[in-house]
Amino acid sequence: MPVSSYLLPSAMVWDAFELQERAYFPDGTEVRPIAEPPVLPKAPAGLRLRGVEKAFGDNRVLRGIDLDVPAGQFVAIVGKSGCGKSTLLRLLVGLDEPTGGEIDFIDDGGDRVAPDARIVFQEPRLLPWFSVADNVAVGLGDGVPKAFARREAELVLDEVQLSEKAREWPAKLSGGQRQRVALARALVSRPGLLALDEPLGALDALTRISMQQLLTRVWRELGFTAVLVTHDVTEAVHLADRVIVLDEGEVKLDLAVPRPHPRHHGDPELALLEGQLLAAILGES
Amino acid sequence: MTTIDTFSEGRKLRRATSGTPRTLTEGTLTEDKPQDWQQASQNPPKGAADGAQAKGGKPAGLHTISRGAWLPYLVPVGLVLVWQILSSTGLISDRIMPSPVAVLAAFWERLLSGELGRDVAVSGARALSGLLIGGSIGFLLGIANGVSKLSEQLTDTTLQMLRTIPHLAMIPLVILWFGIGEEAKLFLTSLGVLFPIYLNTYHGVKNVDRDLVEMGRIYGMSNWSLFRKVIFPGALPSIFVGLRYALGIMWLTLIVSEAIAANSGIGYMANTAREFMMTDVVVLALVIYAVLGKLADVVARALERWALSWNAAYQA
Ligand SMILES: Nc1ncnc2c1ncn2[C@@H]1O[C@H](COP(=O)(O)OP(=O)(O)O)[C@@H](O)[C@H]1O
Ligand SMILES: [Mg+2]
Repeated sequence: MPVSSYLLPSAMVWDAFELQERAYFPDGTEVRPIAEPPVLPKAPAGLRLRGVEKAFGDNRVLRGIDLDVPAGQFVAIVGKSGCGKSTLLRLLVGLDEPTGGEIDFIDDGGDRVAPDARIVFQEPRLLPWFSVADNVAVGLGDGVPKAFARREAELVLDEVQLSEKAREWPAKLSGGQRQRVALARALVSRPGLLALDEPLGALDALTRISMQQLLTRVWRELGFTAVLVTHDVTEAVHLADRVIVLDEGEVKLDLAVPRPHPRHHGDPELALLEGQLLAAILGES
Repeated sequence: MTTIDTFSEGRKLRRATSGTPRTLTEGTLTEDKPQDWQQASQNPPKGAADGAQAKGGKPAGLHTISRGAWLPYLVPVGLVLVWQILSSTGLISDRIMPSPVAVLAAFWERLLSGELGRDVAVSGARALSGLLIGGSIGFLLGIANGVSKLSEQLTDTTLQMLRTIPHLAMIPLVILWFGIGEEAKLFLTSLGVLFPIYLNTYHGVKNVDRDLVEMGRIYGMSNWSLFRKVIFPGALPSIFVGLRYALGIMWLTLIVSEAIAANSGIGYMANTAREFMMTDVVVLALVIYAVLGKLADVVARALERWALSWNAAYQA
């Protein structure tokens, strides 16, 4: 699908946001409306956590987490700073080992499958000496034939609407574009689960909204399981099927968000859920 | 990011001040960042044209171009001219300082006879083999100590201690060990270039972004691939700093060791000329050392620009 790169007057950009049908990144890239037919499908991997603990010395960061995430679900994790969100994500993607409990990847039927996860951090962590396409190809791992890597990178760059930047150095991209490259790199191997650790935390408000729409669209098109850590409850209720509040290393609240996509920013039901979440995070009952 | 911003700042600044005298603009840029200055001096026509437009297309723009081009050479050319005049009028004796024309004549004569080519080739080969040997050892040690804790604990302290010995102070010992042959020159040059390359490679590897290394691990890079795709490119800017520093030491060491004893090369040429009081050839040797040193730096810079083209600071 060709990526259009209109340059619209800013008033029209705002109109586009209002309509929620299509939106534009501040750099002028159009955000495609959510597409129905999924491209590049892949079996998602769910999660089963039983009594997961993680301690750093005496510091018990996670204190027995039980959690079932069905394959294909979009889960958001919110909580105060330092409550262990990043620690949990690092365990999920195998960057650290839990000090107790079990983490299993499961398929639709609940049977165990091989771990199959990728992670996107707040910083894009791109290799500045590789072109955008080569950075994406890093996601395929070592020893992949060049032609195959190039084709796959192009496909997934189109998915995040950056095809025209494939040959650029990362230094030439905006913050939002770099984060989209990081997303493409994480997705190029079609992981069953994608962990995102405050991926939009460093972006400005406008870019963040466009990125949220892009994330939703990519998630719906590719059908992976998504675990998003965010400090922004509005973001959580707009993107996720379900929001989990972590507190003192335990699940304090597990809240379903039964609203269809695309979600609108003025939706009163979402505002209600947001209030509930904030109350739980801030410790009011 | 910061660098890019500095760049555009620089450009804006240039444009904004293009109406005012050009020297001011250049001065401002030079103080900030050398690469900004390069940028400015590489396309003076652009800045100058802007200036011309700002003044309504007056021919002043043309005037600015030519002045920017010749002004830096005014002083050196003037000095050579004064030198030539002083020599021709006999105010400076030939035995103290030959005239520029005499140096040029000596150059021409030796070039035609083939002696010069041979001497330059010999000296160049000495310099390069010293750089290759010392540089490789320094590079390998730098990489090893940067990536391996064991290697670092084993050798870093020793190297840091050895580094404090001025390598030229070892000349008496080196002569005892190797005599005054090629080995002595090779040893000294290698030793001289080893440390700057070692230190900067080590420092470069140590300062590679930890997050990038973790990213590489997450995506299942093998050690070799991690080195090739993340660590080496990450350390490269620092390695180039080491290389350019080493080139300076390389020539210096070669000049000193050729002055002590040699039966070929530029140092030999200068020494023989001294015995016959041929000051023109002695000065010619100085000029050739200077040109070779400059040439090596130009090549290293070009290599750097090419290898680091991803880095905004090196983009043309
Ligand atoms: N590698 C580590 N070593 C020691 N303590 C750690 C480490 N990583 C995280 N912690 C501690 O775990 C706690 C939770 O950190 P983190 O998961 O990063 O919180 P957040 O919810 O803000 O992402 C903090 O108290 C932090 O100090
Ligand atoms: Mg965190």
